[in-house]
Amino acid sequence: MTVRVQESDFDVGAELDRLTRDNRRIGGLAVFVGLVRELHVRDGYHRDRIDALTLEHYPGMTEAALEEIEAEARRRWPLEATLIVHRYGRLEPGDRIVLVAVGSPHREAAFEACEFLVDWLKTKAPFWKLEDTPQGEKWVGAHAGDDQAAARWEKK
Amino acid sequence: MKVRYFAWMKRTVGVAEEEVAPPSNVTTVGELVAWLRERSGGHAEALAEGAAFGAAVDKRTVPFDAKLAGATEVAFFPPFTGG
Repeated sequence: MTVRVQESDFDVGAELDRLTRDNRRIGGLAVFVGLVRELHVRDGYHRDRIDALTLEHYPGMTEAALEEIEAEARRRWPLEATLIVHRYGRLEPGDRIVLVAVGSPHREAAFEACEFLVDWLKTKAPFWKLEDTPQGEKWVGAHAGDDQAAARWEKK
Repeated sequence: MKVRYFAWMKRTVGVAEEEVAPPSNVTTVGELVAWLRERSGGHAEALAEGAAFGAAVDKRTVPFDAKLAGATEVAFFPPFTGG
């Protein structure tokens, strides 16, 4: 039920504790943490080392888009708790980018809804990544695999 | 109305945002794109026909045939790459 877009890091343990503390109906909590990778794979095999990643967002629209995605997950699965924390600004390899946590009475709904939220936020929430590489700055292009991952949740 | 650009489009256009007053025959997002292209070489390049970008009116994603009536902020941006 919570969406946050922030520059600062987050404490995964503290976030999960806060999310579940007062809710005894949660039987399963699925968690995804996205990290900055030091190697960016392009065109299938070519690898570029990155020194840093700068995430840009659209204040106001980004939060609204994440809230819509979260509301859609709650329509599809019986969820007791949801949390999306997404960072922006300059991040280095190993840094946390995003936290998605989903609590449900049963694990199946928690796993599925967590995967759904990650797939949809990658393609439907306004964030853009600029890589700082030894060869200069590069904007990250949309990834066809992400579109396919998001599309499998579209209702037929 | 205010027009905003994000990511590489901001750099190509040269500004993050600008106030514009399109003529009354510009009624849709697509017509606004065509009108903005005339403003500079950077605009023409960023908003080129066939370039992969999306649009939002008042912070909601819209198709290019969406009406501009009542819009206060229109944004253009490349495909999202968060997560």
